[in-house]
Amino acid sequence: MDQRLITAIVVVIAVPAVLLGYILLVERVLGLVPERRQASLRPWLWILPALLLLGFFLVYPTIATAIRSFQDKTAAANFIGFANYQFFFSSPDTLVALRNSFIWLVLLTALVVVGGLITAVLFDRVRYESVAKSLLFLPLAISFVGAGVIWKFMFDYEPAGQTQIGTINGGLTALGIGPASFITDAPANTIWLIVVGAWIWTGFAMVILSAALKGISPEILEAARVDGASELQLFRRITLPLLSPTIAVVATTMIITALKAFDIVYVMTSGNFDTNILALDMYHQLFDFGQPGRAAAVATILVILIIPVMIVNIRRFQAQEAIR
Amino acid sequence: MTASAATTRTQVATGRRLPRADRLALHIAIVLILIGWLLPTLGMLVNSFRPAGDVSATGWWTALTPTARFTFDNYSHVFDQAGIGNAFLNSLFITIPATIIPVSIAAFAAYAFAWMSFPGRNILFVIVVGLLVVPLQATIVPVLNVFRTVGITGSGSAVAQALPFLSVWLAHTGYGLPFAVYLLRNYMGGLPKEVFESAEIDGAGHATAFFRLVLPMSFPALAALTIFQFLFVWNDLFVAIVYIGATNGTKLPMTATLANLVNSLGGDWQYLMAAAFISMALPLVVFFAFQRYFVRGITGGAVKG
Repeated sequence: MDQRLITAIVVVIAVPAVLLGYILLVERVLGLVPERRQASLRPWLWILPALLLLGFFLVYPTIATAIRSFQDKTAAANFIGFANYQFFFSSPDTLVALRNSFIWLVLLTALVVVGGLITAVLFDRVRYESVAKSLLFLPLAISFVGAGVIWKFMFDYEPAGQTQIGTINGGLTALGIGPASFITDAPANTIWLIVVGAWIWTGFAMVILSAALKGISPEILEAARVDGASELQLFRRITLPLLSPTIAVVATTMIITALKAFDIVYVMTSGNFDTNILALDMYHQLFDFGQPGRAAAVATILVILIIPVMIVNIRRFQAQEAIR
Repeated sequence: MTASAATTRTQVATGRRLPRADRLALHIAIVLILIGWLLPTLGMLVNSFRPAGDVSATGWWTALTPTARFTFDNYSHVFDQAGIGNAFLNSLFITIPATIIPVSIAAFAAYAFAWMSFPGRNILFVIVVGLLVVPLQATIVPVLNVFRTVGITGSGSAVAQALPFLSVWLAHTGYGLPFAVYLLRNYMGGLPKEVFESAEIDGAGHATAFFRLVLPMSFPALAALTIFQFLFVWNDLFVAIVYIGATNGTKLPMTATLANLVNSLGGDWQYLMAAAFISMALPLVVFFAFQRYFVRGITGGAVKG
């Protein structure tokens, strides 16, 4: 209990005091240096904590991981060239993980973008739009672990003939279609796991696309209507092109999400039944198989796959800055 | 997609041009989507209140009849036996600092990025934008090595004994910073310049301008970010099991405890459901109370990885 008390005091008092104290200290120290040096020194001191943490948690370890991927599993970390990558591209287990991550990338992105687009357009046309949006958006507030538990139960399977307590198999049985073992039957099980991901993320896409949809000028659409365009033509020729930058933002976000996906698979199958994916394979290599070198290789492959998205993001940011 | 789905709100605004049948189809489609979306959570919620025997014998939908029995036993069981109460406290101890620290440090940095000029400012910020997408997985091996050497992770060291969550606080801060700096800098950069000029005329220092002017004026962005980071940390599994350890039972947050229960409780759905719902209760309250800011955080930072 005293341990918890210490933690609570640190949480409530010490942490805010240190943060506030830092800036007050910086300004006090700056007061001591000559005035013309203050202006050049100040920005660096204000940025310093962020730079140190970014450097330590993101820049340094990403580079160190890339180096580690060329070393063996021992503490001495002897260089072994591309052996870890060779293992990655020749072991059936890791190749399944690579394949599944690719399926996640394509299918999750497609489901979320299309689902978000459909719901954004549909909800836009009714008066209870905000309620509908909150409900669709709700899964994003709960943890992926919680979502995994919920859907493990949705997919629950009892042998044919027994009472089905899982929601989906209960429904299927009622319709006279036999129960299916969604979680264990490969390769479809990966698709069912992706459906869980889509259940969570569709609300995210819907909110962003809906905001963009409201930015489209009604006059443009009205003018096209006067010229005799059908509603379908309006959507394909005007709405969709105007939404395409936003769709690109959603799609790139989902690509990263899919590549980094971990929790859902960890909770629902732990990567068994051919559902392994890259991020989870990396975790298993590191903590269960004692293979930090191979884990680093998987992580480095993830980084390489994400670099194009990083470049796209930076380009987009620079284009925005040019407009500001 | 049908033509009715493709029409736009202009029509709603300018007198409903949709034929009655199409409007009906629209409402039915929306209601079906929403039912489908809520069904999984509803099933969980119902089962978490049913006696163990009923849960394994009949589907949760049979509990929608008047004769169904309900109980709070599952909740008291997971609180007493499964360590959920302790895990809830751990989650709070982890989440509060892991939200305050990155938001504060990001606010300092964002202020400098937005309102001070220094060589390399633009290239540094472009690097921050690039770091938005770095996968956490690529960082854990070297960071864990340093943490083990310094002794702030694992159960052996004195620091880890006194401050068991320090490693997770720092890790969440590091991982949350790119998005936090990005969002706040963009917002602070849009504040009117006149405010700062008048502050300088008054002879106020940067600390005063920051605490008295910039922070209050940035409230919407700060609120969005705080809620976003809070939910992100509360719902996180990966950082927790990596830096605390999946087997370090008494120190784990809700998510990791729940993930462990999935293995140990297996088919005891009623307990899993109760534990899952406890883990969701706080994020759901936060979500409904601050939804406006949450949505703004998402639309404002759509490039987050």
